[in-house]
Parts: sequence; structure tokens; C-alpha cells
Amino acid sequence: MEQVEKKVDVKAGKNDISDETMEYVGILAKLELSKEEKAAAKKDMEKMLDYIDTLNELDTSGIEPMSHVFAMDNVFREDIVEDVDGGEDTLANAPERRERAFVVPKTVDQ
Amino acid sequence: MSKEYETVIGLEVHVELATKTKIFCSCSTAFGSAPNTHTCPVCTGMPGSLPVLNKKVVEYAMAVGVATNCQINQYSKFDRKNYFYPDNPQNYQISQLYLPICHDGGIEIETEMGSKTIGIHEIHMEEDAGKLVHDDWEEVSLVDYNRSGVPLIEIVSEPDMRSAEEVIAYLDKLRMIIQYLGASDCKMQEGSMRADVNLSVREKGAAEFGTRTEMKNIGSFKAIARAIEAETARQIDLLASGEKVVQETRRWNDEEGYSYAMRSKEDAQDYRYFPEPDLVPIIISDEWLQEIRDKQPELRDEKMKRYVEEFDLPKYDAKILTSVKKLADLFEETTALCGKPKKVSNWLMGETMRLLKEHEMDAEDISFSPTNLAKIIAFTEDGTINGTVAKEVFEQVFIKDIDVAKYIEEHGLKTVHDEGALRETVAKVIAENPKSVEDYRNGKEKAIGFLVGQTMKAMKGKANPGMVNKILKEML
Repeated sequence: MEQVEKKVDVKAGKNDISDETMEYVGILAKLELSKEEKAAAKKDMEKMLDYIDTLNELDTSGIEPMSHVFAMDNVFREDIVEDVDGGEDTLANAPERRERAFVVPKTVDQ
Repeated sequence: MSKEYETVIGLEVHVELATKTKIFCSCSTAFGSAPNTHTCPVCTGMPGSLPVLNKKVVEYAMAVGVATNCQINQYSKFDRKNYFYPDNPQNYQISQLYLPICHDGGIEIETEMGSKTIGIHEIHMEEDAGKLVHDDWEEVSLVDYNRSGVPLIEIVSEPDMRSAEEVIAYLDKLRMIIQYLGASDCKMQEGSMRADVNLSVREKGAAEFGTRTEMKNIGSFKAIARAIEAETARQIDLLASGEKVVQETRRWNDEEGYSYAMRSKEDAQDYRYFPEPDLVPIIISDEWLQEIRDKQPELRDEKMKRYVEEFDLPKYDAKILTSVKKLADLFEETTALCGKPKKVSNWLMGETMRLLKEHEMDAEDISFSPTNLAKIIAFTEDGTINGTVAKEVFEQVFIKDIDVAKYIEEHGLKTVHDEGALRETVAKVIAENPKSVEDYRNGKEKAIGFLVGQTMKAMKGKANPGMVNKILKEML
């Protein structure tokens, strides 16, 4: 317990993220960032990695990895239809629609 | 001398489960409704909505796992797979990466090379995506989220297959097992069973696998076989000319008969999985697992064996009858009614198959009742109708499931057993066909066939052919 209660002391500046990594993360997240935004995001992410390093200093051997924060399991539904036509509510979010479908830019390139 | 190559294939098979509702919400899974009818905040990924797991999905997944000799993970959980695509309104798919529900199983397949076990690496539960329809005229696609959240299991094989033939045998076996379990109808043409093919080639005897490519969502067994042949040839060509196979996803164009790479930065295969925070773990007790084991129906291999042992059917019959569950059910129900397994088998394998082909139907579409087939068999056995009439009546049963006894009565199809009337007709036929009579008397045995035919015709098909034969021989 003593270790867990220890005040977190983030060691700044240990992690450097390359510009290529920033570019790649941007692609994965479908984000277009300005030069300034990129620099700020890079700094934030480096800080996060530093914090992870701090966490890694804890000895977690013998502790089961946690997969959920609540002590709950087996929450199920029975297979019974409770269907109301949700179409109009769903389509209320469509930037563009045709009859009952969403319209998006063509997704196949041929 | 040219080198010899070997193809190594592994499959990822997606199967849509036969639940009434989606995996995480109570929306219907019904097929064919107007676009976006069966949608709600959960299956369209609205912020703040909370998914709740459909218990039936877990039970179907367990049943398939048990039937494919898998280990069941009694502690299982979901993970998020992140990607952006218009068919995926949440921008992530809820799937299982770290603790899939089933793992380390395998099924036995039969090919001309003999039998072989194909390993199953794992089976996991996940949700389906929406459907995209591409407009032919404009540069747009239309999105329908009715399918978004429909439960799937993904069955990941080991790279144990070496030919298109083995792949088809494996898919066929899987389909049969899942259909028998009732966990899915596994119709490839309707998309309830879809396969991704991972394929590489290597020099025969090499210890390491070659670089593989993946071909996604191929729509039929035939297309899969063609895609495998073409991709094998393409990779061998590359290797033989000293080039390298690039690890990539390729799309198979079945009409044109070639595949092309889907190469784009946008397709980066980096899903940044993490544990799904909205769903709690699934703990499967020994009792629950036993309950599923106890409920497993008789599967095809056991049925096939039982048909040979219990009903004394030839192995060939047993194989055909069990090839579609509907056919096996019909066989068992009809046999229970009439007690003549071989006769039932003959009707199903002969006339039924012929009519299915003629009407371009699948065995699943058969609509006649076992009672009517049992009646036809009983009436043929006791001589009420002869074989020719039976076929005529069966055709009506096949099309409209008519009441057999009533139909025979109304159309006057009962076999005539009146020997006097028969003798009269035979005498007339003999008098009218002196040429055939002479041929027969001169030793042309076959000529009697014509005379039998003429007699049957005169009797409007309702005579007993055995009797006609006997009387003819007597009178000649």
C-alpha cells in the first residue's frame, strides 16, 4: 500500500515523440492539426507517456490485470424484441439523407 | 528445374447469429425492412447510450465452440476496435481480442486426400456493421444501419489448409455444424456467412511461412475457390521471378477474375484495441457450460453414423440425407410414420432431388409434409397405387402438399386389381399388335415391354405392372 500512496512524481522530458508519429496518430484519429496544435498535442502526449513511466515504477507482479472498474459481471438481456421504428430519430442526425438512408461520399474507389 | 510451391491458407469466417434482437440492444434483426428502421441510440453509437449483452449470443457462441471442440474461456470480455468508416457509427466495433469466448479447437474434414483436422485458433463475439449501397450514377454511398449491431461470431482457423478443396470442405463442415445447432442459417449469398482468406505460398518443405495477403468478404464457395487459385498463381509468379509478396489486403473481383490491392494510408491496420468500458466481464460457470453441452443436438457426423446403423441405409444415402438439416428432419419424421427408411430415402434422393432441380429450389425450401410422403409410400406398398401413379401424386404433394388419399380418390388413380378386366384389355392389345406378338414369339424378349406399355396405356396407367406382365406371358 505504501507504494500506491506515494505522491506521483512525474519525471518530465523523458519521452520524445517524433513528427512522424504525430502525423500517423493524426491519420488514425482522422484529425487535421495546424502546426501549433500539433506542437501542443505533442507536448501533451509526451507528458502522458512520462506519467505511464511513473506508473511503471510500481511493482505490479502478482496483481491480476483489471479489465473493468466495477466489481460486476454477467449483465445480460433476454433475446426479446422491443422495437420501435427509430429511423426518424436516427436520421435526424444525417447531414444529408435520401429517403430513409444516410448519404455519404462514395466509399469505394474504382 | 522449376521449384515446387505449397499454398498455406487460414480463414476468418464471420457468421451472423440467428437471434431475434441485436447483440447489445433490443432492436430487431429482421432482414428486409426499410433502411434504418431497426435502429436506436445504442446501435447507432449515440453518446451516453449503454450496451447490454444479449444472453442468447453467448449461448450460441458457446454451442458453436463446444461443437468445434474448442476450449471455452470461462472468463471472457469485450474490447474496442477503433476505426473510422461510414458503416460504423460508433467509430469503434465492440469485439473480443484478449479473452475470446472460445479457443484452441478444430474440426475434421474429408477430401479426396483423406481426412484431416483443421485447427480453430479462436471464436469471438462481435457486432456487425451497417450496410453501404453504392450509387451507380452519383459519387455517393447510402448507409443503412439496420445491420449495425447484429451479432456475429468470427471463427479464426489455424493456417492448416493447403488447397481450395480443403477450404471448401472446411467451410461446408462449419456451415453444417452451425445450421444443425440452429445458431445461424449460414447463407453465403445473403451474407449471413462470410469468409476472409489469408493466403501465402512457400517452397515445398520450407519451415517458415511466406508473406501472406488477405482477401476480404468473398461471396460464394465458387468465388472463394477461384480467388484462391488466382492468388496462389499470382504469388508463385512473384516468387519465381525473384520478387517479393507484399503483405496487404486485396479485393477479389469475381466477375473479372482478378484481385487488386486496397492500398491506402486510410486503411492503416492499427486498431488501437482497449478493454470495452461499457460492458462487464462474462463469467461462465461449470453449470452453465454443462447446460449448453447437455442441450447440444445430434450433429451431422453422429446422424450419418446412426442412419447406417439404425436404419441400415447405405453410407451414400446417409451422406446425402444429412447434407441439409431439413432433409434429415423430413427423413426422420417420414420414417417414424411409415417405418420404411429405405423407401423414404429413395423418395428423398430420387424424385425430391429431381423436382428441386426442376423448380430451381434448395432443399431448405421444401414445403411438403412428412405425413403425405408417408401416405404415398403406404399406398404404394399395399398396392393401392402403382409406381407411376405414385410419382404423379408425389409431384402434386411436392408443389402443393395436397391431401394424398383425397387426390387419389378424386382422380380415380387406384390400381385396378380386377383380373377379368385386365385379361380383356390384354387380349385386345394382343389382337391389335400382331407384329410385336410375332416378334416376341420369335424370341425377341424385349417386344413384351411394348405390349406392357400398350396395356398400361389402355388402362390409363392404373394397372399393376407385375400383373400385366404375368397375364401377357400367359396369354402369349
